[in-house]
Amino acid sequence: MDAIDRSIINTMQGGFPICEHPYAVAAEQLGIEEAELIERLGRMLEKKQLSRFGPMYHAERLGGGLSLCAMRVPEADYERVNEQVNAFPEVAHNYARDHEFSMWFVLATETPERVEETCKEIEQVTGYRVYNMPKKEEFFVGLKFEV
Amino acid sequence: MSVSSLKSDMPAESHNLDELDRKIIRATQGGLPLVSEPYQQVAEEVGTTAQEVMVRMQRMLDSGAIRRIGAVPNHYTLGFRGNGMTVWDVPEEKVQQYGRMIGELDFVSHAYHRPRFLPEWRYNLFAMVHGSDREAVKEKVAAIAELLGEDNRAHEVLFSTRILKKTGLRIAGG
Repeated sequence: MDAIDRSIINTMQGGFPICEHPYAVAAEQLGIEEAELIERLGRMLEKKQLSRFGPMYHAERLGGGLSLCAMRVPEADYERVNEQVNAFPEVAHNYARDHEFSMWFVLATETPERVEETCKEIEQVTGYRVYNMPKKEEFFVGLKFEV
Repeated sequence: MSVSSLKSDMPAESHNLDELDRKIIRATQGGLPLVSEPYQQVAEEVGTTAQEVMVRMQRMLDSGAIRRIGAVPNHYTLGFRGNGMTVWDVPEEKVQQYGRMIGELDFVSHAYHRPRFLPEWRYNLFAMVHGSDREAVKEKVAAIAELLGEDNRAHEVLFSTRILKKTGLRIAGG
């Protein structure tokens, strides 16, 4: 990764233009050619230095539900519960964390009501309580990650 | 064609998405095509014109349905190997004040106010803290603790030990 790659990451986390030739416009701001920008983005995606390039959608504003949920799952039961939780298509991400609250997953549902329903279904299947922790407020800046 | 000339006169109502909007979302949620005319390619995929795709994406950007368009860096492969979910018990009436303060720190990517579940879960403020390793994260957590002073009644850092599942967004009507 060289200075141009770093500059792409640092300056292109938002504001990508919506126009016929957006890469050409963005490339000009970076002082490089359109083809070079496209090539560099492709390479950084391939190397997983970027996890994505494009629009970031806001799940709740698309009419769906979104919540962070946690469960206290003992080690002995972990694999069973993990399989049962992951089997729900509403579970978008699931992380093991080193805490008594050991399983943390994000529910992304097609309607807001489905969040509560899915929590109840997961409780029934697994036998463990689901702590539903939807955000009450978001303090999001997020455009400042620098390399 | 400039962005401003694409402004639509249709209301920026977030849940007024129609089937074509949903098709555009599904076609782009994994990323924009890396070609000279990416909106044209999306238009071909969903069966409309580039102009229509641009108008609709601009409208979703204006309404907040799209947060932003650009590069999403992968913290982990870029050398930020320590990523801790920090959780804080602060007085409920000061959550907003502290959330904003912590959200502005350059090593914090997101901060959220979330409900407590007493007595098992006392934490009402969450912040994702990034550092080169766990030690670096712990130093940053100490810096946050100092900022909060006495209003930090308790805090913990939960490191992820495994990714159990990771998929994309789900869009209704799919």
